[in-house]
Amino acid sequence: MPESRSDSLLHLVPKAEAEQSMKDFKSDQEVRWCPGCGDYAVLAAVQGFMPELGLAKENIVFVSGIGCSSRFPYYMNTYGMHSIHGRAPAIATGLATSRRDLSVWVVTGDGDALSIGGNHLIHALRRNVNLKILLFNNRIYGLTKGQYSPTSEVGKITKSTPMGSLDAPFNPVSLALGAEASFVARTVDSDRKHLTEVLRQASEHNGTALVEIYQNCNIFNDGAFEVLKDKDQAKEAVIRLTHGQPIRFGAENEKGVVRDPATGDLQVVTVTPENESRILVHDAHAATPTTAFALSRLADPDTLHQTPIGVFRSVDRPVYDTLMADQLETAVERHGKGDLGQLLAGNDTWTVVG
Amino acid sequence: MTSQVSSEAGEALVGEQRSAPATPHHGTEKEVRRLDRVIIRFAGDSGDGMQLTGDRFTSETASFGNDLSTLPNFPAEIRAPAGTLPGVSSFQLHFADHDILTPGDAPNVLVAMNPAALKANIGDVPRGGEIIVNTDEFAKRAMAKVGYATSPLEDGSLDGYRVHPVPLTTLTLEALKEFGLSRKEAERSKNMFALGLLSWMYHRPTEGTETFLRQKFAKKPEIAEANVAAFRAGWNFGETTEDFAVSYEVAPATRAFPTGTYRNISGNLALSYGLVAAARQADLPLYLGSYPITPASDILHELSKHKNFGVRTFQAEDEIAGIGAALGAAFGGSLAVTTTSGPGVALKSETIGLAVSLELPLLIVDIQRGGPSTGLPTKTEQADLLQAMYGRNGEAPVPVVAPRTPADCFDAALDAARIALTYRTPVFLLSDGYLANGSEPWRVPDVEELPDLRTLFATGPNHTLADGTEVFWPYKRDPETLARPWAVPGTPGLEHRIGGIEKQDGTGNISYDPANHEFMVRTRQAKIDGIEVPDIEVDDPDGAGTLVLGWGSTYGPITAAVRRIRREGGPIAQAHLRHLNPFPKNLGEVLKRYEKVVIPEMNLGQLATLVRAKYLVDARSHTQVNGMPFKAEQLAAALKEVIDA
Repeated sequence: MPESRSDSLLHLVPKAEAEQSMKDFKSDQEVRWCPGCGDYAVLAAVQGFMPELGLAKENIVFVSGIGCSSRFPYYMNTYGMHSIHGRAPAIATGLATSRRDLSVWVVTGDGDALSIGGNHLIHALRRNVNLKILLFNNRIYGLTKGQYSPTSEVGKITKSTPMGSLDAPFNPVSLALGAEASFVARTVDSDRKHLTEVLRQASEHNGTALVEIYQNCNIFNDGAFEVLKDKDQAKEAVIRLTHGQPIRFGAENEKGVVRDPATGDLQVVTVTPENESRILVHDAHAATPTTAFALSRLADPDTLHQTPIGVFRSVDRPVYDTLMADQLETAVERHGKGDLGQLLAGNDTWTVVG
Repeated sequence: MTSQVSSEAGEALVGEQRSAPATPHHGTEKEVRRLDRVIIRFAGDSGDGMQLTGDRFTSETASFGNDLSTLPNFPAEIRAPAGTLPGVSSFQLHFADHDILTPGDAPNVLVAMNPAALKANIGDVPRGGEIIVNTDEFAKRAMAKVGYATSPLEDGSLDGYRVHPVPLTTLTLEALKEFGLSRKEAERSKNMFALGLLSWMYHRPTEGTETFLRQKFAKKPEIAEANVAAFRAGWNFGETTEDFAVSYEVAPATRAFPTGTYRNISGNLALSYGLVAAARQADLPLYLGSYPITPASDILHELSKHKNFGVRTFQAEDEIAGIGAALGAAFGGSLAVTTTSGPGVALKSETIGLAVSLELPLLIVDIQRGGPSTGLPTKTEQADLLQAMYGRNGEAPVPVVAPRTPADCFDAALDAARIALTYRTPVFLLSDGYLANGSEPWRVPDVEELPDLRTLFATGPNHTLADGTEVFWPYKRDPETLARPWAVPGTPGLEHRIGGIEKQDGTGNISYDPANHEFMVRTRQAKIDGIEVPDIEVDDPDGAGTLVLGWGSTYGPITAAVRRIRREGGPIAQAHLRHLNPFPKNLGEVLKRYEKVVIPEMNLGQLATLVRAKYLVDARSHTQVNGMPFKAEQLAAALKEVIDA
């Protein structure tokens, strides 16, 4: 029987027999990121969250591409593959669609996912393969020592752009929404609590979940997200999205997001008793991605002021792996289990007798 | 004197006169001649349905029990401009009462549906050949379009041929006038009229085609009946018209075939079935990751029909994702395959290198076509051999297996799967456009006869550390095969990480150690070099001084050329490679036995390059890259030159 859409696909993955701890998910490999790298925090958050998920760790697979973040699988005591540049979503798609009893995670970076692997990312999203994609965005190429990336701000001075980069950056959340993603979230490496909550929601989602993680590269792009991390500045810069809650922020929670009745676009206003009822209530499950997209455009790409974090969109949509499995079942129902002898003979044979 | 070629030497054999066998329509008795083989070519516009016509004639011929070989030849454009030379599509069929090896060099009979088809094909028809032309299409404008200033039907340029002018379109419209179809719809059946006429000429069974038409147009019964009517009208036209005074019989090739059940099969179909069979024999699910590309797409189409065998087909966003998904599925324990052609292989190269490093089983099916770049998508070539051998960064050896005939694609697929699963390696299966689309009779194998391809997944620790701890080492090898364990996710206790960075021997952990890298590079090479492949067999009944060595789809033309040479008393030895990497262990010794070695290839000498480099043998190269298979007669002449040199 084809499953109903609302069943969690997690039930297909065997549960751990005993209670797990963070230690169970640490591999014996020495972690080799630069001291102070934001990747450590993400690794700790993921290792810390996994016991809560409670899946048999042999049924968890981390697949990565190439880049600093793509070393991630080596440090997880699960199955893992460190593949080639940009191709992790494609490889993970083959694994996830052939093994629905696995929880498949993709770890990628802004260069890996959005530059060399852009095609695979958007197609995984539109297909809605059951993958959890963690996109570490540090807005720089770290492993090749500091060239600008497809998320770097225009005019970025780097080794390959001494007079400033020329190309406009991608906004990964906007891109994912445009690619029909069913789950899109953004979080920050240093906010363990928020990161964990986003991981929780992503892991429960059926289909592709894209989680953009703002991650600091303290060597080549240090402080890129400082405005979102510094306690005082963050109050003005960060907009925390919570499903069902009015979208408000600011030191005194004095700011809010409203829809401009003339254009339909979103804008930030100072909340007053008159306009309070117009403050947008966040709906991550909205049928259309329109408002989620508008939210993704609120941030200033240069200063990062008014950057929403949290789950932008989380909707139920048919999952590719489920549909593929259903077709196999339907084919057996219709034609019976394949009989090789019959297949090889076909309908048009003749016999030669000696 | 009939023009129909009979014996392979070329002289005509006129059979005894016999009365025609019972047919649906008994007419006046006409002369029936017996032939031992015939080559027919149907040619028309790419929209005229020539491939379908050829396919149907082939099916009739197969079910009649002749041996046969086919050569479809069509443009890359789906509907090239009508009536032009580049838009001509043709289908050649060779059938005989004995075993044959090729679709034939030159047609005895050409069916030309329009002036372009005549012009494009007349050069291949020997003088005295029969030409059936659709005179309705020979209007001034249509002739001018292909450069006929005067009508070739009237200006004497076809005097040397036996021309049957038939107003095929008019006759078809006439036959279908009761059906109330539009002129355009009715005209479309003219290929079935032509098929009916040829079926009469060669005493082909007709039930199969009528059943086929009724099935194909099951949703449009009036179209089905119109096609059947056109088909019958063509048959009756042959039976009653004086222009067709003679019909021909080609007896079933009973002695050519060992006892068994037979069917006709094309290379791509045989290859698809080979993959389904390999998965069953390995007791693994089949996973295909692929991106559409000519001439490989038919394998994707075919496999996507067999979901009830547990076959998963994934049409990816590009070639890279196609092989990426396949590799992911291989990691998960599927028999994983990607199918493509030369340009696709170029895109997949990096992932093939990853598969070499990960040491996972993976089949890369390359249906070669003319290159470089987009090249000739619908024409055949063997020019991807060196790409398959060497087209990757670093030392990345990959076994290469090549089928020799359309039906052999089945066995070659099973063999490629055996190597991939036994040695945990990507394997190239190099077919080509000629094998893919060509067809021949195939003895349907008994499923019980198929090889056992079962392999074992790792289930527990395979290594004991100095302190006595039992651990799993993903790169601890089988001492015999040097294969590493295949530990699939979901197996408790064997959690491990693999990747494209150099790994430490045994543990599989990242290692930049120079000595370890040297060891791993040499070990990966040794694993491939040590793959067990059968010795090459040499066919040398006369103790020849010259050996002709081939690989892949040249088997048919080479064998036909060898037969010609031997018939004329010239000794020549023949050997044909299925395994290009590694070569059979005895190949060097075989080559050194002969004074001369000649290697015909549809490239500029790629196997010759490999053989010369590896065995220091002065192999001569005979090459052709015109997008078409070798012609037996020309090849025989070239081989003769080498023998006589």
